[in-house]
This record gives sequence, C-alpha cells and structure tokens, in this order.
Amino acid sequence: MDDTEGLKKANETWESSLAKSLAKFPERSERFVTGSKVPVKRLYTPLDTKRDYVGTLGFPGEYPYTRGVQNTMYRSRFWTMRQYAGFGTAEESNARYKFLLAQGQTGLSIAFDLPTQIGYDSDHALAAGEVGKVGVAVDSLADMEILFDGIPLDKVSTSMTINAPAAVLLAMYVAVAEKQGVAATALNGTIQNDILKEYVARGTYIYPPAPSMRLITDIFAWCATEVPNWNTISISGYHIREAGSTAVQEVAFTLADGIAYVEAAMKAGLDIDDFGPRLSFFFNAHNELFEEVAKYRAARRVWAKVMKERFGAKNPKSLMLRFHTQTGGSTLTAQQPENNVVRVTLQALAAVLGGTQSLHTNSRDEALALPTEDSVRIALRTQQIIAHESGVAETVDPLAGSYYVESLTDTIEKEVFAYLGRIDALGGAVKAIEQGYIQKEIQDAAYSYQLEIEKDERVIVGLNKFQVKEGPPKGLLRVDPEVGRRQVAKIAAVKESRDGARVQRALAALETAAKGTDNLMPLILEAVRSYATLGEISDVLRLVFGEYRQSAMF
Amino acid sequence: MDRKIRVLVAKPGLDGHDRGAKVIARALRDDGMEVIYTGLRQTPEQIVSAAIQEDADVVALSILSGAHNHLFPRVTELLAAKGSGDVLVIGGGVIPEEDIDFLKSKGVAAIFGPGTTTRTTIDFIRSNLKR
Repeated sequence: MDDTEGLKKANETWESSLAKSLAKFPERSERFVTGSKVPVKRLYTPLDTKRDYVGTLGFPGEYPYTRGVQNTMYRSRFWTMRQYAGFGTAEESNARYKFLLAQGQTGLSIAFDLPTQIGYDSDHALAAGEVGKVGVAVDSLADMEILFDGIPLDKVSTSMTINAPAAVLLAMYVAVAEKQGVAATALNGTIQNDILKEYVARGTYIYPPAPSMRLITDIFAWCATEVPNWNTISISGYHIREAGSTAVQEVAFTLADGIAYVEAAMKAGLDIDDFGPRLSFFFNAHNELFEEVAKYRAARRVWAKVMKERFGAKNPKSLMLRFHTQTGGSTLTAQQPENNVVRVTLQALAAVLGGTQSLHTNSRDEALALPTEDSVRIALRTQQIIAHESGVAETVDPLAGSYYVESLTDTIEKEVFAYLGRIDALGGAVKAIEQGYIQKEIQDAAYSYQLEIEKDERVIVGLNKFQVKEGPPKGLLRVDPEVGRRQVAKIAAVKESRDGARVQRALAALETAAKGTDNLMPLILEAVRSYATLGEISDVLRLVFGEYRQSAMF
Repeated sequence: MDRKIRVLVAKPGLDGHDRGAKVIARALRDDGMEVIYTGLRQTPEQIVSAAIQEDADVVALSILSGAHNHLFPRVTELLAAKGSGDVLVIGGGVIPEEDIDFLKSKGVAAIFGPGTTTRTTIDFIRSNLKR
C-alpha cells in the first residue's frame, strides 16, 4: 500500500517539531552542501527515493548497472590491489614491483618518468633533471625487458600510465611478452591512452587532437584481434579531479571524453560491440564518503544509458563501466602527514563501497615526495584491512537503499546529463576543449575551493585548523641523480649494438604509413622490435603530425 | 601613478600539474597585479626571455616533477646574465625541505610548499620586490 501522503504529513510534523530545539541549538551552518554544491537536507526519507527499483537500480551485473558490473562483486573476488609505482631505472623499478607482488599486491601499475610520457629519450635536452624522477625511464625495448625481468606476463595484469606514446609502450610490452614466449592473446592489462584529459588536466600531450585520436582508434582496432583481453583505454577522471574539478564535473567530463572516443572509433568504421567492452575508466576518491559512493553508482548508470540508448550497443559488456580508482593526491596534506593514512582509508572505503574493480591507495608522504617502501606498505595494508577485516565486501553494493545515497545518486546523474547536454551543444568534448570550456570549469572550481580554505569556510585538518609546530619531514625517498647519466649510457649502448639498417627501414615505413591511413600498430611494433628508441619513433610522428600547443589561460 | 606589479607565472620542466600555477596566477591578478602565465613545459631560456620581454618584476616558478634543483638555478643564472638580477624569483610545488637552502643560495627568494595560502605569497611579493 502506498502511504506517501501519510509519510509526507509525518515528515512535515517532524520538521515543525524542530523549531524549539533549533532556536536553542542552531545548526552548524545555514546551508549544507556537498563538494559538488549539491544541497544536503537535514533528513532523507523514502519520499526522496520514490522509484522504479528494477529500472533505476536493477541487479548487480544487470542494466543499468547501478549496483555494480559483476553479479557477485567482492564475494567472488576482491578488487585488484594495484599500487602505481616506478622510479629511477628499470632495474630499481623491477625490484619495487617484485617487492609489491611479494606483499600481496595483485596487479602491477607502471609509472613512467616525464620524458618517457612525452616521447623524449633520456638524452634529450628537455629531459635534463627529469630522468627517472616521477616514474621509470624507458627509452627502448632494452629497458622494458629489464623492467619485467622475472615477472611472467601471462600471470600478472599490468596497467601502464601512458598516453601520448601509448602505442609505443604497448608495442614494447607485447615484444617483451614475445621474448618470454607469451602470446599477445594471453596478455591482460590496461594502457591509459586517454589523450583528451591530457589537454585539460594532466599535460603530457604530444600531437594535436586529430592525429592523437587516430592513434587511439588504431590501437582499438589492432587490439580487438591481436591483444583481445587488453583494456585499450582508461578514460580518466582522476586527473580532472586533481586539477580541481568537483565530483560531478569529474564524471561529466570523463564521460564526455568517453563519448568522443566512441564517436571517433565508430567514425573509423569500428563496431561498438567490438571495442566497447574494452573501454575502461579511472576515477578519483576524495573524502566525502557518500558523494563519492553516489558518484561511482551514477557514473555506471549514465554510461550504460549512453552506450545503450545513444550508441545502440547490444553486448552487455559494452554497457558496463568498469573502473580503477586512485585515492585523491590533492587531498593529502604536507602538514601532519600521518593524518593522510586516515584520509586514504576513507577514500579507499568509498571506492570499495562504490564497486571499484581495482584500487591504488596513496601513501602518506605523497604531498612531500615519492613514497618510501614503508609508506607504500601501509597504503597497501589499508586496502587489505578493508578487504579482510571491515566486512564491507561481504555483500554487494551495501549502501543501496540509503535514502540519502540514492537521492544523491539521482542528483549526480541528473547534473552529469546536464553537463553532457552543454558539451554536446558545443560540438562534443574535443570542441569543448578547443574552446577552453572544460578547462575554465575546472579552474573556476579549483579557485573557489582554494578560497573556501583561505576564508576558513572549509576545514582541512592540520592545514587551516588544528595545526601543530612541526620539524621538516625525514626519510623521504630521493631519486639518485645518477639515473640520468646511466640512461644516457644505456641508449648509446643500444644504438651501438642494434641493426641500424633495420631501424631506418622500420622508421621510414612508419613515416609513410603515418602520412596515409594504415593502422600504425604493426609498424610501431616492428620499430620497437628493431630497438628503435621511444624518442626516435615519437620524432617520426611529430614530423608527420605536428605538435600540440596549449593556450595558456587561467 | 603606481605601476602595477608585473608577475610572470611559469611552469619549467615537463610536468603538467598546473592547478597551483593557475590558482596563484588568479589570486595575484585578483590582488591587482598584472599576471602573465607561460603555460606548460617552458625551458629556463624561454622563461627568462618572456620575463624580460614582459618587463616582469617577479618570476613565480611552479614545479612538481622533482627537477627544481636543475631548473630553478638556471632561471636565476640566466636572469643575472641578462642584467635582470633584480627580478624577484620565487618557487612553489612539491619541493623537499632539504632543497630549500640550496635553492635560496642560488637566488630563489622563497619556496612556497603545499598548503601555502595565496595571501602568504601575495604579502611576500609585496614586501620583497627588488624594483
């Protein structure tokens, strides 16, 4: 029996009964809002969640996937615990990966240094001072062989944070597998390969949007037959959020980018149900537990609807938004860094309650430097404690049915669709980026967040409240400055020992193909096998494609 | 009439984290300064030539890649070599405490780490201008 009227009345009576106590004990604020400025009411009741259960929530593993993409979720298998790591040389990073696997980590996540991410060899002038600093330096297949030495590639799944040169690093991974005797069809992993967010938030672009989109669709097409279990893209909201966006904007701009990739691939003649199942996503996790959980749930529902209703995808796997989560680097404080362990716990919990497929937990010292081994271990233990001790993984989507969480999920969905409409009106994500719309939205949010902190409207514990006097932090990880010199020597040795004529042939063939329309992956793979360097391959493409120049607005 | 303080906000090195640079650029502008932002991946040579061309009183460098010990001193050296040693150079980003003395000895007037308020930076600029 529907008792909406009765409930409404009871609710009103309760609200009016508060007047006396509110007069005596006013609330902490006149207005409560989430980080995305969604108003938060005092109380949520069934009145806020009147719904068609099957249509809006459904069952786990079923459309619209609000409750999760797998039917039994963590009752079968926990999320993949995957710590992003890499620094210095391939040798040092290889040792860190083996350490992490020995600690119970279940997947690898490779951090490359900036020259590698921008397609420069370690001996390039712009690489000076940057080699091995924020990730591992990879110049040629020789480095990649060392990086995965003793790690059987058919037994691990590997995520590589690489975008503009993603095709080259994927080719290197496939070539290392060949040398290990592992077929490309047996490989599991992900390349980030999401160039659009590089233009707005992360900055490691090389080529302009059009040829970049072509490289991406070449990868989609090639992987569909050659590396069928590979996640060919990880469409990333993480960096959009780090750049200062709200949770709603994070989902909206990420899915707008996703729509642009789908459209580009369809335009290139690919079938949505061939590449759709290999699209994956990457989100942030911040401290506001309920908004974050609602964000993941809303993102799944919106993507399922977009893929089904807008693009006509039929394969259920094309409709499933599978995602990796990393806890929010920008939420960590340099002040009282131990408190970051608690922040990371809350954020990791949000990701798990939101149904993530894999998770990286940040280390307490990341506002200060790259994490030490001890800090990484605590971060990984945080996940293990959530998995094994908290009990939150024992049932699927445990916050479903919370009046508040469902209402927030609905609101975020509505606001995301509103943003998608605005971006469509501008001509899609690529146009919106070219016009600076997405950048401006993010910058405005970042600036207003900073002002809220400075006006004490937002409390960051240890930063603008509850401060203590602290000495400088001790025991931070430092990358050996010798790394640069060692990499330069390695490049020289590789160039000395390789078959120069084969390299030249491979690079010339790549140049010809880049000017035409053939799929570039087989040519990049041949260049990689010949030990052409990342810089040499990227330079050929720079020559043909040109380089992107950012318009510096603020 | 008072000339506005001219600030060049610059991103040396290869990292693309420009949230801080953009926030500080905006805060300085809101405080009445004339602000030019270079965009990403600027070499010390590009930064110094922009600073001279724009007649900047202040160069504010932002970096999170870890290459500060290499790049910041290049900026101060080049400024001095071009006769612009009186430009106030400040830095921000993820910069370990133990590097700060070295950077100061190379002519970087102050380093502002994570959590610094924009007010702190503004006040520093206003009271430490060298010209």
